[in-house]
Amino acid sequence: MEVKFNVRRYDPESTDTVTHFQEYQMDMDASSTVLDGLIRIREEIDGTLSLRCSCRSAICGSCAVKVNGEAGLACNTKIVDSLSEDGNTITVEPAGNLPVIKDLVVDFQPFWEKIRAVEPWLQPEGEEPETEYLAPDEDMLHLAGVVSCILCGSCVSDCTVMEVDSNFLGPAALAKSYRFVGDPRDDSAQQRFKTLNESGGVWDCTRCMKCVEVCPKGVAPMDRIMALREQVMESGYTNTNGARHVHEFTNSVKHSGWLDEKKLVIKSFGIFNIKAMIGLIPLVIRSQRAGKVPPIFHKSIPGVENVRRIFEKVETKK
Amino acid sequence: MLDHDILIIGAGLAGMRAALSAKELGADVAVVSKVHPVRSHSSAAQGGINAALTDRGDDWRDHAYDTIKGSDFLGDQDAIALMCEEAGSEVIAMEHMGAIFNRDEEGRLGTRAFGGQREARTFFVADFTGQALLHVLYEQILKAGALVYEEWFVLSLIVRDGKCGGAVMMDIRSGKIEVVRAKAVILATGGLGRVFEPSTNAMICTGDGMSLGYRSGASLMDMEMVQYHPTTLKGSGVLISEAARGEGAYLLNSENDRFMLKYAPEFKELASRDVVSRCEQTEINEGRGLDGCVLLDLRHLGEKYISERLSQIRELAMDFANVDMVKEPVPIMPGMHYQMGGVKASVDGETSVPGLYAAGEVACVSVHGGNRLGANSLLDTLVFGRRSGVHAAEMVKSTQHLSVDDSAADDDKNNIHKLLANDKNESFGQIRLDMGTAMKEHFGVFRDENGMREGIEKIESVKKRAKDVYVADKGSTFNTNLLFTLELGFMLECAESIAVSAADRTESRGAHTRTDLPDRDDENWLKHILVSQNKDGGHELSYKDVVITDWEPVVRQY
Repeated sequence: MEVKFNVRRYDPESTDTVTHFQEYQMDMDASSTVLDGLIRIREEIDGTLSLRCSCRSAICGSCAVKVNGEAGLACNTKIVDSLSEDGNTITVEPAGNLPVIKDLVVDFQPFWEKIRAVEPWLQPEGEEPETEYLAPDEDMLHLAGVVSCILCGSCVSDCTVMEVDSNFLGPAALAKSYRFVGDPRDDSAQQRFKTLNESGGVWDCTRCMKCVEVCPKGVAPMDRIMALREQVMESGYTNTNGARHVHEFTNSVKHSGWLDEKKLVIKSFGIFNIKAMIGLIPLVIRSQRAGKVPPIFHKSIPGVENVRRIFEKVETKK
Repeated sequence: MLDHDILIIGAGLAGMRAALSAKELGADVAVVSKVHPVRSHSSAAQGGINAALTDRGDDWRDHAYDTIKGSDFLGDQDAIALMCEEAGSEVIAMEHMGAIFNRDEEGRLGTRAFGGQREARTFFVADFTGQALLHVLYEQILKAGALVYEEWFVLSLIVRDGKCGGAVMMDIRSGKIEVVRAKAVILATGGLGRVFEPSTNAMICTGDGMSLGYRSGASLMDMEMVQYHPTTLKGSGVLISEAARGEGAYLLNSENDRFMLKYAPEFKELASRDVVSRCEQTEINEGRGLDGCVLLDLRHLGEKYISERLSQIRELAMDFANVDMVKEPVPIMPGMHYQMGGVKASVDGETSVPGLYAAGEVACVSVHGGNRLGANSLLDTLVFGRRSGVHAAEMVKSTQHLSVDDSAADDDKNNIHKLLANDKNESFGQIRLDMGTAMKEHFGVFRDENGMREGIEKIESVKKRAKDVYVADKGSTFNTNLLFTLELGFMLECAESIAVSAADRTESRGAHTRTDLPDRDDENWLKHILVSQNKDGGHELSYKDVVITDWEPVVRQY
């Protein structure tokens, strides 16, 4: 089938330093991959196209790019699944949230720095046993889903928080951290929770699900971040906006059956946090204009006792 | 000019293991890799790592014998014994560093069966053992604060009076060329799969280290021994782990016949890789294949078992062949997978060039001989990576730097300048494809005299054309076009050394199967073939007897 690749190019050495799209037309087998196409461009049409790729089987993590605006590995993205609605165009761009070096090659240094920041190595305490650490299979196997992260950067590329906040550790590093927190051999959880609880840590995720969607290995970073949040709070870190938010959210629904948004905001930030309260004023004004200000008196929904019963059930189960 | 005690080229399992052991001993170590460490090809190893643990009732001598038999008695028995004896502590060390490993009911490390072995002694992390171990070693590199030159490409080794004193390397990101002075250089660059087309190997497996060693005067050994893996996916040639058969998968031909029962009544699908690949190819050649393939049937294992232990290969088969192995058999074929040969090295990694070490797939110790057992390659990288690091760290304590300065880079700079100025119009992609196809055709599962002669001629003609490669990208930033052209030079040397070694071995042994000389000839060929470069730039063959200690060669049956 005829396929048109629309590839974003950038050459820092060119006088024209603005990125632009270049089109390549090729006859491709429908079962082939986006990477097959890029390699053919490079080998047969245009040797100047730069990209990283290596294993061609979704394990080395080199070839994360944006295909039609969404991150993924070029090597396991099929041509047939990537064609535009009008039939035959595939748009390929470098991964997002990282500076572009050339064409589809991005600078991974910021990515590795964040990985390093979570101290991604096993930190056991005490003497090493003579043989292996003993641990039930199920205690280790649940880690396999995170250990199988290939650090390709797809989640970071499409993370909506990293787009606006370069301080956020991001889905890949946080999932990596989870891998150690969840390891029965690691004894540094308390220290790890402290870092995770700080600004840039688990509370900065907005739960947009993008990382879960684009991850080519099913690591589900956001789920790991949510699991970390729970553990961070259980370990005693409850005095953060995030922890208070979770607490008040639960309280509100438990007591009235629905969310008291005014109270949620005030409780999360703290009423004496004058700076935050002032900062909210423009939001309140905008909400008012849009008719989205919650009612002054927050009333319970009819049948709220059923909601409470659900809570009781869940809480006793825990 | 940069300065280090030890420069390690390659950041896969062998390279990082070497770096850790050398750094522990206080040496100033730097690792250079053309890709980020976690992108290394060790990540693609799926099935596991072998070790005979005494507390499981296993014996390293049994592991050694299985390895020797697997090698078709070409492996050096002293080296094999050492590798197998050290295997257990190496696996435990990886567990202590953080590798998760699948466990047994008692919470100890669990095992699975693998080809050519009488015991289940393969330790594993689902079906991505290599990736799991690679990431653990990278974590340890971060913890140790070891210096890694990420995405630097080594152009040449520096040799003075027959000794190695460093390397010349290029920063891929900027094109900057630097001289690194080092008292020891450890090659840990992995294999050469891209010399063949197709191959299960990553695109970075271009034989760099073998060629760098060869150009510096080191000998290459057992180069004719090229492993074809029995189960690679139809079409793409993507690897389907031996773990599939280890967990109980069958091989079927077009008549729905479990043909391995006929060829290897005892080991069946789990005979050694050379044997299984040959049987598959025979079935295909005799008309009992399906479109150049046979079938790998896992359906009887059930969905739960497959998703727990073989989830990645299930995904691979779905992604790359559109087949769900839970529901249908997977079409597979033998595919080029591993180079048993490499830079001749001792059990401490020393090559024939003082100051130059080699470990992992780039090296030939020779622990794999004519055929490597599945799950012995990860073991090889760790044991000999560590030993090379230790030996080099001790050696540099009493060694001075050679007299090296920035002029050592002049030849490489001129060479690159010439390549970029070339106005001929050969393309590296076409040349690599022609080379790879010729290698597959003439040096694949079955070989014969005429075919190999023809193959050698083809390689020679391709080599001539390679002088006229046009490098379209003239820039210095991430110029992959230039890199591939340089890699092509490495690959062509590897191809030639495979071809001349294969043509020289007038018998069939291990992966080297000649239809015109189908028998093993122990009288004349219990020896390794060594290739080295002579003064005129041509090659020269020599021989070394196989080391036989406790195990006399016998007829190999599975």
